[in-house]
Amino acid sequence: MMPGEATPRCWSCGTMGAVQFCSACGKVQPPVPVDYFVFFGFPRKLNLDTAALEKEFYALSRRLHPDVFGQADDRERAWSLEQSSMLNDAYRTLKDPIKRTEYLLRLEGIELEEQSKQATEKARATGELKKQVVPPDLLEEVFELNMHLEELRVQKKMGEDDPALLEEIGKAKLSLEEKYDALLNELKAEWNKWDKAVDGGTEDNGDEADRRRILDQMVDVLNRRNYIRNLVRDVNEAME
Amino acid sequence: MATDTIVGIDLGTTNSLVAYMQGDSPVVIPGEDGLNLVPSVVALTLDENEKNQIVVGNAARRYLIETPERAVYSVKRLMGRGAEDIQDELKLFPFKLADDLQEGEVLRIKIGERTYTPPEISALVLRQLKRNAERFFGVPVTQAVITVPAYFNDAQRQATKDAGRIAGLNVLRLVNEPTAASLAYGLDKKKNGIIVVYDLGGGTFDISILKLHDGIFEVIATNGNTHLGGDDIDNLLIAIALDDIRGDLGLDLRRNGEAMARIRKAVIEAKIALSSEPAVKLDIDLPGGKKYQREISLDGFEQMIQPIIDRTVGPCKQALKDAGLKPEQIDEVVLVGGSTRIPKVRWLVQDLFGRAPHTDLNPDEVVALGAAVQAHILGGGSEITQDMLLLDVTPLSLGIEVAGGVTDKIILRNSTVPASATQYYTTQVDGQTNVAIHVLQGERELARDCRSLARFDLKGVPPMTAGMARIEVKFLIDANGILRVSAREQRSGQEAEIDVQPSYGLTDEQVENMLLESYDYAEEDFRQRQVIEARREADTILTALAKGKKNEAWREITNDERRNVETLERALIAVKDGDDYHAIRAGIDALNEATTRLAELMMDTAVSTALKGKAMDGADLEEGPQSGHRVAKADFK
Repeated sequence: MMPGEATPRCWSCGTMGAVQFCSACGKVQPPVPVDYFVFFGFPRKLNLDTAALEKEFYALSRRLHPDVFGQADDRERAWSLEQSSMLNDAYRTLKDPIKRTEYLLRLEGIELEEQSKQATEKARATGELKKQVVPPDLLEEVFELNMHLEELRVQKKMGEDDPALLEEIGKAKLSLEEKYDALLNELKAEWNKWDKAVDGGTEDNGDEADRRRILDQMVDVLNRRNYIRNLVRDVNEAME
Repeated sequence: MATDTIVGIDLGTTNSLVAYMQGDSPVVIPGEDGLNLVPSVVALTLDENEKNQIVVGNAARRYLIETPERAVYSVKRLMGRGAEDIQDELKLFPFKLADDLQEGEVLRIKIGERTYTPPEISALVLRQLKRNAERFFGVPVTQAVITVPAYFNDAQRQATKDAGRIAGLNVLRLVNEPTAASLAYGLDKKKNGIIVVYDLGGGTFDISILKLHDGIFEVIATNGNTHLGGDDIDNLLIAIALDDIRGDLGLDLRRNGEAMARIRKAVIEAKIALSSEPAVKLDIDLPGGKKYQREISLDGFEQMIQPIIDRTVGPCKQALKDAGLKPEQIDEVVLVGGSTRIPKVRWLVQDLFGRAPHTDLNPDEVVALGAAVQAHILGGGSEITQDMLLLDVTPLSLGIEVAGGVTDKIILRNSTVPASATQYYTTQVDGQTNVAIHVLQGERELARDCRSLARFDLKGVPPMTAGMARIEVKFLIDANGILRVSAREQRSGQEAEIDVQPSYGLTDEQVENMLLESYDYAEEDFRQRQVIEARREADTILTALAKGKKNEAWREITNDERRNVETLERALIAVKDGDDYHAIRAGIDALNEATTRLAELMMDTAVSTALKGKAMDGADLEEGPQSGHRVAKADFK
């Protein structure tokens, strides 16, 4: 659902400017392709008041959910179904910090590698390099961890048990998890930069490149985060 | 208006119920036998002319023993499933599949010499509930909310909806059973907080975690097992009994339908008794004058069922994890389903969530009551329900098969419904006009490990160079948890035609045909039934009056009163064998009215037999729903 900024006109009374319902007569409207931020009437910023989001979600649910249209005509029932599915999709995306960031990146024209299989397939088809490489600061740690994991698998096959090795892996896992959590803070620092650019920026004063840098930085943080997540998953599987 | 009453139906594995909102509170509508529970049992009997007759509910139960090959139970286990999924069921339940079943065809079950699909059998149960409601209201009932296990997949939901349609019901909504229960629970509590609903019924297990917030019932996570319930306990006890019988008496009864049904009945009674007794004795008559006797202690019983009830632990933990909650964050635990009467189950729940569960609700009725609340909301609601809104989730992830047989998940489990996802497809070959999509449901990585929902064939894609077409396919899970798919080729703006082949389930056309068969008779049926029931009621009051005339109260009323009663008596006798429902009804009402004082005097003179109509059946008077009955009638006259 990419942004299309056409201002809709109420099908029932003709008033302009409604997204979910007519501001004048209150009738539910056919869905228009607006992005999730516009849907909730929020600026396209990443620091988001989740309590306000939840409140708005409940308020809109009370007006859009198909249950409220039990006695309405077919057309309004169909619109309520589409509007409330969009509401739920939007809420689900925006309330989660990672999903929200990924969504914004996509709105800004960036397809995340990890995010979509289509992108992966496309990358394969066109021979583009995937960005998914071992983050440099992790190289040494990952190398060591992979050796330990290999050792553990061999031991498991032999039916042996080495508490020292398990402890070693456990420590590595803990360190990874700490890094994983720290990355969220790193991401939030980028959010602040982005939000500031949105607040202060006008399109033509040359900060387009600035924005691009912030977005790229976010992609980098997310990629590192995904990498660690996959690694932790591998560790959990090996230790099972 | 009575004609608009939307009923709430709990279509259970073992028992089914129908309820409606009476003023501010939901009540269960009893059947003609005065009982709230309608066993989900269908039997085909032969009448005196050797014609097949369908019997449903309590009346059908005895045929499970008398003619087991002509009766079925627990059909809910087969809803939306294929022959290959039910091999385990076939070992444990006396289901007989049709001999001429073709591959890929919807299951058909043999009852006597006929065969029925599971939705048709469920439709017979629904039709009984519909009739009970119609008898209660005195007008046709055409709209319903039906509950399903939260963990039901798309095919199982669709099959339930089909059953409703076949029964002549417009199914306005499928509601998840634990969620419905929370509605009934939350109606008078009006609290905010996190509640857990643990629902262990006859054949299904659900766990749902909800957040209650100013009337919004938001499901945060749900999990379960659609093949786990009291049935499994019964089957275990049966297996043990069969083993004993083979060992001690040298009898193999597995093929003896009647003996099997007898054993089943006995172990169910034992199981129920063990919820309040420290031990029970099984004493079952077997063929050849033999007997099976065994004592089961509560301890022994609890050890036997431990592995079964332990299977509910995994889903509970997963739901907590998905909700991102710890047990100590749960405010209340609500028990639903007959199997939660087992003390061991209650202990297990208490251990899991660290608090004593609520036991003040009737676990058999709470789901139907909640369905009635939801029906009321859909009908426009009233002051008591105006702030109430259910936000439910889809229990299973929706995926599509991509290259390499991998599942690409596009809507994750526990997403609030309605939910949607849009995918883009293109063509592989020049001039290609069809695109095939395989839709799956489940959590596994590989397509073959997930449940196949349907194969969609997008047709009418305008011929273009390979890779040029851009087909937007929108997958939408509606508020019933049922998938809808629409597609559009974006370059031409052409709506692509979608040919759906459900992997399990009836096509619209099949449902339509099943519907038409019963529809032909529906109106006529209803009128005839009304007449028959009114006639029966007339007989009841006339018999009561004949008795009343022998009572000394008869002499205490005035001559005028006596004359009036006798005139009306003759009038009722004159119309009661005719086909005019309204005339019979009016005759009954008039006579009822005229005999009020007589009835009162009879009461006063300490004669316990009440005179008026239904009140003849003394036992009925004590049941709550009967008094509800009379109030409801008064509303609609």
